[in-house]
Amino acid sequence: MATDYVIAKQVSKHFGHQQVLNQIDLTLPAGMIYGLIGPSGAGKTTLIKSILGMEAVDSGTVKVMDTVMPNRAVMAQVGYMAQSDALYETLTARENLTLFGQLMSVPKIKLAQMIDYAAGLVDLTSQLDKRVSGYSGGMKRRLSLAIALIQDPQLLILDEPTVGIDPELRQQIWTELNKLKDTGKSMLVTTHVMDEAERCDYLMLIRHGIALAEGTPAALKQQYAVDTIEQVFLKAGRMQDANDGNR
Amino acid sequence: MRMMAIVRRVFKQMLRDKRTLALMFLAPLLIMTLMYFLFQNNTTQLASLGVHHVDQSVVNVIDTKNVTIHHYDSSQARKMIKQHDLDGYLTQKNGQLTITYSNSNPTNTSLIKASLQSGLVKLKMKTLVTVTKKQRAALESQQAALKKLTAAQTQATVTKLKTAIAQAQARGDQATAEKLQKQLKQATATTSSSTQSAKATSYTTKSHYIYGSSDSTFFESFLPAFLGFFVFFFVFLISGVSLLNERTTGTLSRLLATPIRRSEIIMGYLIGYGGFAIIQTVLTVVFTITVFKIHLVGSIWLVFLTNLLLALVALTLGIFISTFANSEFQMIQFIPLIVVPQIFFAGLVPVDGMASWLQAIAHIMPLYYGANALTAVVTKGAGLGDIGVNLLILVGFMVVLTMLNIVGMKRYRKV
Ligand SMILES: Nc1ncnc2c1ncn2[C@@H]1O[C@H](COP(=O)(O)OP(=O)(O)OP(=O)(O)O)[C@@H](O)[C@H]1O
Ligand SMILES: [Mg+2]
Repeated sequence: MATDYVIAKQVSKHFGHQQVLNQIDLTLPAGMIYGLIGPSGAGKTTLIKSILGMEAVDSGTVKVMDTVMPNRAVMAQVGYMAQSDALYETLTARENLTLFGQLMSVPKIKLAQMIDYAAGLVDLTSQLDKRVSGYSGGMKRRLSLAIALIQDPQLLILDEPTVGIDPELRQQIWTELNKLKDTGKSMLVTTHVMDEAERCDYLMLIRHGIALAEGTPAALKQQYAVDTIEQVFLKAGRMQDANDGNR
Repeated sequence: MRMMAIVRRVFKQMLRDKRTLALMFLAPLLIMTLMYFLFQNNTTQLASLGVHHVDQSVVNVIDTKNVTIHHYDSSQARKMIKQHDLDGYLTQKNGQLTITYSNSNPTNTSLIKASLQSGLVKLKMKTLVTVTKKQRAALESQQAALKKLTAAQTQATVTKLKTAIAQAQARGDQATAEKLQKQLKQATATTSSSTQSAKATSYTTKSHYIYGSSDSTFFESFLPAFLGFFVFFFVFLISGVSLLNERTTGTLSRLLATPIRRSEIIMGYLIGYGGFAIIQTVLTVVFTITVFKIHLVGSIWLVFLTNLLLALVALTLGIFISTFANSEFQMIQFIPLIVVPQIFFAGLVPVDGMASWLQAIAHIMPLYYGANALTAVVTKGAGLGDIGVNLLILVGFMVVLTMLNIVGMKRYRKV
């Protein structure tokens, strides 16, 4: 049996009176791109932060790399890209990458090489020595992705990685993600773009903090008897609302 | 090392931000310079004083550095003040001096008051001195007469004794000769001692100032407190705002998505911004000492040390307070609440004279301890032993606030 990088069991979380996560189960094995889809405010980001141990959960357990979260040391094995870019604007892209590389314990001799690799992947090599304050939105997004890749982690957790990135580069990035997957790495990706969802190996649809449906894209389409993931998304939502109404 | 990565980042960011650098390093110098000129003894202010029929001896002793004197023929003070736009009018009837102040400008009123008062004191002293001089002359002549008399007397005794001794020796009466010899010695001894005592009659007075000098100014006495205040203020503001920025831009929680320890972030901040605080302190202290020729009694290293501790307290306090602010504007709102009141307890107003509840407040203000230590070192030359308690209390503030900050970061990551 291949190792599971992430095992979340019965994770629940509330903010105030709002139940944001309701007994979510999630298992991410090695070598898989796992997609999280769901409407805005569904709880995708909250689930990701709970998995990383940055958000305290009310109940349930999360294990990353066989370690119960929250755990500080495990963070070094996870490449994280937050939903909003968190970059030091007065520093150059290279300096940002260097900083996070050092924090992620990338060995000094490997750091320059890793910076070239990560920057190349997101097509920022020629802009590396420009200050981030002079970057466009899409460039910042790509830099955030490069930072997530800097220590060449086994597990990548990417919160809407391709927002603001043009179609060509988006294709390129997905090709790279698939290459990484083939080397045994896993990715947990949230997205609002349905054709990206189609590229995932496995999908979970979250709505109002509930895991409405999950399975491979093909299985989901079959289950709901529709042609696209977009229709799965809409149909599952309508069914949930109908159920809530019946109650 | 992760902490050093944070330190390097802080340094890089600060060096890129020229405005903030200028604020931190040049603003204190600018304000110090302004204060220096503001609190300098004001020598250019002139008050005009009209005099009528006042003894020349009195007019002569009025200090004319700050007061110009005009002579008039009228004894109607009110009228003359209005007519000639004077600040004061001095008249004399027999021994009685009458001064009328316009008092439209209280500063000028006090200038005249001071000049007149010191003038009158001077006058009194002068008369006293002349009297003493006369007395001394009289005394000296008396003494001289006395001395002459004693000398003559001694002379007589000596000759008498000498002949007696010669006679006794001639007689072969050794015992009597020796007794007389002793008497002779005594007689000559008295003469020499009487000349000695006559010499020690003129006394001179010399003034010594233990703290500061005769031209110590307001600026000089409050300089140490302000040195501490500047470091405290700027470091509080800059560290608080920069951590706030980290929080609002999300970089703080991004940092915490790496294996870094919460304490490493705080320590990185302490070292990074502490470094700039040291540069600021050195710059400000060296500037004030060399440019304004401030007399530093104690050790400059103690000044640096105290300021560094103050800066570290300000740093941790700024970081701590920033957790209660959601924007830079809200951070600024804490300045009148947290920073400005501290200056009142830094020695501008003597804390001993405050109401007891105010004294209690003073003792929870870091600047109170820092400024006290700085003032003691700069003006009294206090050593490490004298200010040790203050420094320890500052360290205590720093440790407690650092702990609070480290715990407070649990909001962003649970471990
Ligand atoms: N710190 C917080 N305090 C209170 N409520 C929060 C907090 N963070 C998130 N929420 C709430 O939890 C819910 C889920 O938020 P979350 O960010 O997980 O949504 P999401 O699925 O990532 O949405 P999006 O696709 O727009 O990014 C939202 O309704 C949000 O209002
Ligand atoms: Mg989200």
